[in-house]
Amino acid sequence: MKTDIILAGVGGQGILSIATVLGRAALMKDLYIKQAEVHGMSQRGGDVQSNLRISDKPIASDLIPYNQADLLVSLEPMECLRYIPFLNKRGWVITSTVPFINIPNYPDIKTVMNELEKFDNLVAFDMDKMAKDIGSPRSTNIILLGAASPFISIPAEDIVKGIEDVFERKGQKIVDMNVKAFECGRQATLDFIKDK
Amino acid sequence: MKTQKRLLLGDEAFALGAINAGLSGAYAYPGTPSTEILEFVQQDPVAAQRKIHSHWSSNEKTAMEEALGMSFCGKRAIVSMKHVGLNVAADPFVNSAMTGANGGLIVIAADDPSMHSSQNEQDSRFYADFAMIPTLEPSDQQESYDMAGYGFKLSESLGVPVLLRFVTRLSHSRGSVAVEETPAPENEFHYPDKKDQWVLMPASSRKRNKVLIEDFNKAQQLSEESPYNAYHDANDKSLGIIVSGIAWNYLKELYPDGIPYPTIKISQYPLPQKMITKLFEECDSVLVLEEGQPFIEKYLRGVIDRNMKPVYGKITGEVVRTGELNPDEIKNALLKIKGEDCGLKQEEVAGISDIVVNRPPALCQGCGHRDVYQALNEVLKEYESPKVFGDIGCYTLGFLAPFNAIDTVVDMGASITMAKGAADAGQHPSVAIIGDSTFTHSGMTGLLDAVNEDSPITVIISDNLTTGMTGGQDSQGTGKLEEICLGIGVPEKHLRTIDSHPKNIEEMKKMFKEEIDHNGLSVIISRRECIQTARRKVSK
Repeated sequence: MKTDIILAGVGGQGILSIATVLGRAALMKDLYIKQAEVHGMSQRGGDVQSNLRISDKPIASDLIPYNQADLLVSLEPMECLRYIPFLNKRGWVITSTVPFINIPNYPDIKTVMNELEKFDNLVAFDMDKMAKDIGSPRSTNIILLGAASPFISIPAEDIVKGIEDVFERKGQKIVDMNVKAFECGRQATLDFIKDK
Repeated sequence: MKTQKRLLLGDEAFALGAINAGLSGAYAYPGTPSTEILEFVQQDPVAAQRKIHSHWSSNEKTAMEEALGMSFCGKRAIVSMKHVGLNVAADPFVNSAMTGANGGLIVIAADDPSMHSSQNEQDSRFYADFAMIPTLEPSDQQESYDMAGYGFKLSESLGVPVLLRFVTRLSHSRGSVAVEETPAPENEFHYPDKKDQWVLMPASSRKRNKVLIEDFNKAQQLSEESPYNAYHDANDKSLGIIVSGIAWNYLKELYPDGIPYPTIKISQYPLPQKMITKLFEECDSVLVLEEGQPFIEKYLRGVIDRNMKPVYGKITGEVVRTGELNPDEIKNALLKIKGEDCGLKQEEVAGISDIVVNRPPALCQGCGHRDVYQALNEVLKEYESPKVFGDIGCYTLGFLAPFNAIDTVVDMGASITMAKGAADAGQHPSVAIIGDSTFTHSGMTGLLDAVNEDSPITVIISDNLTTGMTGGQDSQGTGKLEEICLGIGVPEKHLRTIDSHPKNIEEMKKMFKEEIDHNGLSVIISRRECIQTARRKVSK
């Protein structure tokens, strides 16, 4: 059992929280984990990514080689395209469709979506809207985690435990909100795959 | 007994390892990718209960000297910095080999191959080599943890500090680490047995240098026996591999069923010469895989290339000369040397779509540095040939669009001194822009030079009350900047302060213009709390 995940987004969007939750869940299941992060200058609105590897056997490299990621999980559609060389042929792309425009030359969103739709294994939702709809506009990242969870080899209830553990110190209300966001994202993907 | 598992960054694993090995004092100045070491000590309950020192220092030199003082008293200390921080601390670092260490002393330099957050790719192993200080280079998070206790013992047994070299990828990568539950006791307070070597006057230094050279030979022997250096034999002797630090993981990734070539994994220096000699005797050629600059490769080659057998690496070009390594780069190197005989295949990799554009980092919305650059740019438009000398911090981003506001960035503090030098050459306007933390790190001494000559420069201290770029650590001058400037001798009339804020732009412009037109030194402190730290306070 092994899942190699590239997490992508823009500095400040919250991809590190996704990585933290999955890391915590994997540790509680006594799995092996390696998770490379980006700190420093890029966190100021630049492109950021994290390599997350989970396995029941020891993991050698902190970095995922080309063609080897099982999942490409992104909070931003153009950022998702940046890491395509890492995705394996059967891999899944899970992304929010909401562009984060902090540069003057951001491409036309339609061409971005056209590029993404070339992938058969694509799950793409407007996750900002989903977050607003459940009354938790700051939980987009956890909705994304939920949307990716059916493809991750850790049971959902264990990821929920990871969420509870990570957000515990912020109070029960925040924990509940994030669990709800997780379930919302997860259900959306399950419905989507069922229909496919 | 290691009974507990924790998910830790390489930086954090080392910090916890040090606490559990009886650490008494941690010293540092923030710098990516080393910052998380001291931050971990600051939040650790055992460290708090034991009152382990963990206050930020003004710069890497003061941090290094403070750690050396703690070692003098027999206590175990660590001092952490980014690679260019070791340039600042170089004087005490190199001389700490001469004084030696009493309590175990580990100096952590975090190198940044690929320059994720730095101005160069310098490799700290070279410093340790000429200082005759042994080096440890962990390959994973568990070794990062274990090498703290091991490093203290090594330091105490040889009586010298030890350098621990991190690279960004390990500093900032998490892995599960088995840790001890009960921390070891701290050292008892005790002074060094050999007192003379702590006074580095020529007569005592000459004596000490002989001992240091002999001890480095002892360190060499310890490298041969180190649990972190290992010779892994294999059948195909057409190639031997020497691999150091984190590159070891990438190589293992490529060969999950075992590396087909004899391989030496190196995580402790000086280099284990016997092991390497054996590899050369047994193999037809040797490939060197090391993160950073070609340190090992240069050692093998010497000045005159007398090796009878081919050595492949960064100098010969099979391995990329700049940028960090990864499994794909190592695969490329093996394919270049051995073709598909190496058991690996050249695979097709999907390209990145042309529509994907760069997304450079930028100053935050609501950041006071923005207001400073806006006002400054508008004022400088009126002059024929203004130059702005920048410095290291978030405000370095003022170089990029939309501001394109600075002409030079070199090292911590260079804004003030380069502006002065340019003014000496006749440059006007000559403006320096520096952050509050960088000012107390290395700007104050340069400001004294400008005071003494009343140099016609305008120094803008863009004060955001924190060390912003590294994530908001305490800044040593907060609340004291005016007093510091007056104390150094800046004339009161030309020491001015203002709040950096969009509503103050006109006032800022007026002030900047008046001081630029003043034919002498001016300092303007333009102040606004960092938006990131302000937000964090609100959410608390």
